[in-house]
Amino acid sequence: MDDGWHLFGNTVKAALSGQPSPSPGIALLRFENVGLRYGMGPEVVGDLNFSIAPQSFQFLTGPSGAGKTTLMRLMLLALRPTRGTVRVFGRDAAVLTKDDLTALRRRIGVVFQDFRLLDHLTTYENVALPLRAMGREESGYRAEVIELLRWVGLGDRMDAPPPVLSGGEKQRAAIARALIVRPELLLADEPTGNVDPGLARRLLRLFVELHRLGTAVVIATHDLQLMDQFGFARRLVVGDGKLTIFDGSPS
Amino acid sequence: MNEPIIDPLLAAEPAATFESDAQLIPRDSVAGRALVVVIAIMTFLACLTAGAALLVADGSRGWRSEVLRDATIQVKAGPGDNIDSLVAKAVSIASQAKGVESVHAYSKAESERLLEPWLGSGLDLSQLPIPRLIVVRLRGQRPEDLAALRAALASAAPQANLDDHRIWAERIGTMADAVVVLAAALFALMILAMGTAIGFATRGAMAGNREIVEVLHLVGASDRFIAREFQTHFRRLGLRGSMIGGLAAMAFFAAASFLSFLWAHSPGGDEIAAMFGSFALGPYGYVALALVCAAVTLLTGLLSREIALRHLRTLT
Repeated sequence: MDDGWHLFGNTVKAALSGQPSPSPGIALLRFENVGLRYGMGPEVVGDLNFSIAPQSFQFLTGPSGAGKTTLMRLMLLALRPTRGTVRVFGRDAAVLTKDDLTALRRRIGVVFQDFRLLDHLTTYENVALPLRAMGREESGYRAEVIELLRWVGLGDRMDAPPPVLSGGEKQRAAIARALIVRPELLLADEPTGNVDPGLARRLLRLFVELHRLGTAVVIATHDLQLMDQFGFARRLVVGDGKLTIFDGSPS
Repeated sequence: MNEPIIDPLLAAEPAATFESDAQLIPRDSVAGRALVVVIAIMTFLACLTAGAALLVADGSRGWRSEVLRDATIQVKAGPGDNIDSLVAKAVSIASQAKGVESVHAYSKAESERLLEPWLGSGLDLSQLPIPRLIVVRLRGQRPEDLAALRAALASAAPQANLDDHRIWAERIGTMADAVVVLAAALFALMILAMGTAIGFATRGAMAGNREIVEVLHLVGASDRFIAREFQTHFRRLGLRGSMIGGLAAMAFFAAASFLSFLWAHSPGGDEIAAMFGSFALGPYGYVALALVCAAVTLLTGLLSREIALRHLRTLT
């Protein structure tokens, strides 16, 4: 690897590779004939049939307004489909209780297009948020969070609140927050949308590294050039509310 | 691109200071400050009500025990009776009775002076059959002692009539109880109003921080965790408000006690003292006010937690 992110902290690497591996054969996410409409309107997305395998890497792409973000929200269980079945870690999402939902969300890391960092907390506190939400003690996770922040190059910005961070720094803080729980599945919505091409490529390298460490990665983007650089990745293309899948070339 | 992402300098231990209990709900907001003001005012009023009720209850208890420690023998002379010998007889019976500490008979002149405020001075009252009073100071409040005295008087001097002030004491008691019940009702109303304000504030805060609630859900926070955060947030606001209101009420009672000490024995001061005693709340009174503040703080937290939980349950 000749560009950045090659100085991965050993602790982080060990921690991420030590995550619980999902049961083989069970897709992390499986969509069967899923469709979504708002109210009485037409279907925004329909006939979605795909699954996300453990330790896989894929891009989700398509023209603006084609339904990428809607599909991401469906995968996140932030939206309920109006038809079809969504299975998360082998379980039917329609019958999950709120507690089940909370438990499953802890196995999924999310990077939002608009970052969604909490402005009144510091970068450190933002990244530590998922661990805090799990009820863990600060003394128990402090070293872990600091290590990860250094890994994404924010070692000197831990005390800064998000409003004073640059776009790229916010992006990395959002990624760190998604990674801190060592997710089995990482969903990233336009994670390179706000940064220059150089940083975009470095961020993608970070996702590839994560994938190698065992995390299944879904990246929503409409940057074709970027996708071409990672030809091995599967592509899920949304267009006119339908999904077409192109398998990646062997890496 | 060989630019190093992690500068070796940054590898040094950062000088960052972490707030381990950083508030997930932003601390300061206009609505938050308004709630503090409402809680402060309500706590102040609730403490005043509670304090006034305590003072009246205390005053009436002291009053009643004082009134019940005295009994009065009224001697009414019939035609041909010698009132002085009747009084002497009653005094001797009362002095020998069990449980009597002292006996004081009002002389004729003293009895006439008692009537002066009503009849004016300079009248010849010798023609009027003015009853004579004997004040009997009791050692305790034992009804059987009084019954024995009453029986002794009835057999030896039927013209003497014993009044144990019970009816009078009961009326004072009823009045004081009414004041206390009224105060309790006012107190309950204030707590209800405060609870309503807290309810509005919690719903407002949940709507205002919807983004935060959503992010918390998506990073895997349970409803209970989020509700607990709201509880912590509102308990802090409640603590601030109740401290301000409670301390103001304590200062009010301390100042009132000081002023009543200064005004003691002035005509107005005596009337106020009759109703509220010396305005001295006493240490347990201040403890009661502190308990009111603690209860307000706890109530604020618990109520907002409950409302937050209900609101979160409605979210899908």
